[in-house]
Amino acid sequence: MKTVGIIFITAIACILPFLLPGNFYLGIATQILVYGLFAVSVNTLAGYGGMVSLGHAGFLGIAAYAYAVTSGTYGFSPWIAVGAALLIGTAAAAVFGLIALRTSGLSFLMITLALGQIVWGVAFRYTDLTNGDNGISLGRASVISADPLTLYYVCLAVLALVMVLLAAFIRSPLGAAIKGVRDQPRRMSTLGYNTWAIRYVAYLVSGFVATVSGILYVQIFQFISPHALSLTVSSEAVLMVIAGGIGTLFGPLLGAGVVVLLKNVASAYTDRWPTLLGCIFLFIIIAMPEGLLPGSKRILAGMIGSFRKGAAPSASLQPTSRAR
Amino acid sequence: MLNRRQVLAGTAALAGSQLALPALAQSTPIRIGMLSVKSGALATGGRQMEDGFQLFLKQRNNTIAGRAVEFIVADTGGQPALAKTRAQELVQRSNVHMVVGPVAAFEALAINDYLAEAQIPFICSSAAAEDLTQRKLNPWFVRTSSTSAQPCHPLADYAAKELGYKKIITIADDFAFGQEQTAGFQRVFEASGGSITNKLWAPLNAADYGSYISQISGVDAVFAAFSGANGLRFLRQYNEYGLKGQIPVISAMTTVDEGVLHTMGDEALGIISAGWYSAGIDTPHNKSFVEQLRKVTGVDPGFYSVGAYSAGLALEAALKSIDGKVENKQGLIAALKKAEIANDPRGPWKFDQYGNPIENIYIRKVERKDNRLVNTVIKTYDQVSQFWTYQPERFLAEPVYSRNNPTKI
Repeated sequence: MKTVGIIFITAIACILPFLLPGNFYLGIATQILVYGLFAVSVNTLAGYGGMVSLGHAGFLGIAAYAYAVTSGTYGFSPWIAVGAALLIGTAAAAVFGLIALRTSGLSFLMITLALGQIVWGVAFRYTDLTNGDNGISLGRASVISADPLTLYYVCLAVLALVMVLLAAFIRSPLGAAIKGVRDQPRRMSTLGYNTWAIRYVAYLVSGFVATVSGILYVQIFQFISPHALSLTVSSEAVLMVIAGGIGTLFGPLLGAGVVVLLKNVASAYTDRWPTLLGCIFLFIIIAMPEGLLPGSKRILAGMIGSFRKGAAPSASLQPTSRAR
Repeated sequence: MLNRRQVLAGTAALAGSQLALPALAQSTPIRIGMLSVKSGALATGGRQMEDGFQLFLKQRNNTIAGRAVEFIVADTGGQPALAKTRAQELVQRSNVHMVVGPVAAFEALAINDYLAEAQIPFICSSAAAEDLTQRKLNPWFVRTSSTSAQPCHPLADYAAKELGYKKIITIADDFAFGQEQTAGFQRVFEASGGSITNKLWAPLNAADYGSYISQISGVDAVFAAFSGANGLRFLRQYNEYGLKGQIPVISAMTTVDEGVLHTMGDEALGIISAGWYSAGIDTPHNKSFVEQLRKVTGVDPGFYSVGAYSAGLALEAALKSIDGKVENKQGLIAALKKAEIANDPRGPWKFDQYGNPIENIYIRKVERKDNRLVNTVIKTYDQVSQFWTYQPERFLAEPVYSRNNPTKI
């Protein structure tokens, strides 16, 4: 059942460009893929590792700036820039992880927030490198491709690859250990696991995925400015994760889809789209507190069950509380 | 394979189209897309921009050069990434013939390359980033406001020569617009024999200017470059600290812009500023413009409204010269660049070869008239270019104005 669903979604994603009426919609679809990947990176840390970060836009930004400076300012080829961005982004995650993981819980949230704001501040102030709040724009020659269709498939392929690897990673013993440390850190520690190292690995993986999304971000927008590193972007990603379903593989993608569509499509029809966004989040929290993906699964399962039994669903309509 | 009916229909359509084409071209509307901001901190500027352009369209009965106008406004939320998507939406979905706006420089910079590639005429009505008409030229770009430093060059000249100031401290919003304004002022002021003793930078979202104001002493004047409501908050606090009577403030256009001036009180009185517009300009064009806009908004027009209104005037001049043939994009942008506007509320202006206005810069003083604050014009610098008196080539050979250029203090 699940495999069929995944194959179906992949097939839809592959032929989507030919179903959409124009490049504008294709661009929106590509944005969903990139923001989805970014939300997946936040989810890796928040959902599986139990550590909510409010500074993830920092990694997206570091990667995007590393790419833009290498490829735009210094004129290296796009592929060298990709390598440099991956290296610098992951190195930043390695360093930030050392600092942030000295804490957990609320302090972790605040430390990541502070780290994210430091990156934002550097991007804003170090004008010789980053051109301040005017940002860096990249020409056609400085990105891998400026063709919307190619970009879509590049982003889709990268996202698919990351999802496959991540699924394998989460199923591996190390992935199980990460979830173990999330749920029962003390017991894991007693069992002889090095909980710090396990958390650090989760942080690194998450930072790496965010770095990848940053590289894709700069490909599709061909522009990077401190706004992309702001707290708003970090918290929006957390919202995507919570809305879609925290700790699920595909939930963040769904959440990203909802947010990007609302921001871009709904705003064409109403000036009050931030209010609409707020109302929809409120609805999600009230109706499906576990997130859209698990929530709709539950409701669907309840409906199927009630059809089969011919009786009203009872317990299955109540949200299942996650053991945390 | 084509069948007979299709061929017949095709021929008929072809024949029909050749006859109908001139009439048809005139009857389809001109589609103008505006990138505005309707939510967030920049929303006030966005609304004023829309007001200005809407007034222009209303005056023309929604018709330019004999063709109806379809006006489409898109909200960027003040975010560069959204601005790019909105621009794509205007071009690809709404098929606009040109884009007017946006409010902030970083938005304009984010969409500039895209509009250049898409070859869409881009009439920038407010964003003042220097490089848009200097070192990062887009052949499809014209601007109807000014560069950041364009009014600050004459202000520095006035401060040094007519006000006789020798030593000045500058304070500005710490972002590109404030930095470019300050840099332009510093360059000309120092060239005129003055000296800048300190440059203070306040974050855009500064809640309190006390720590900056306490650093101000021992100078002839303070140069203040703020935008939005920051000017109001700075001036109010400056007054509360008792400095208003002691060290005069001279300011960039946006600090005492008409858009915020109506919310100010005595703290703004007497401030001398420089700008390419003032609601107090004493010409028939301006008086009727101010009167009509006041009917809509209740307050005097400022930077954003006039920039957008002028975008309409420039567009009208260009479209008239090409008989409204907006489909000819090359023709439109060429005609735009040649446009000379005589009936603008701000006074006559034309584009330089970089697409930036050569326009009058007014030295203005805040006074109270008819129980409201106005920027009374006290001196006019005629037809000032973005390069002031410098040679464009030499000006452009230097790096763009920034926090550290001219030299850091």
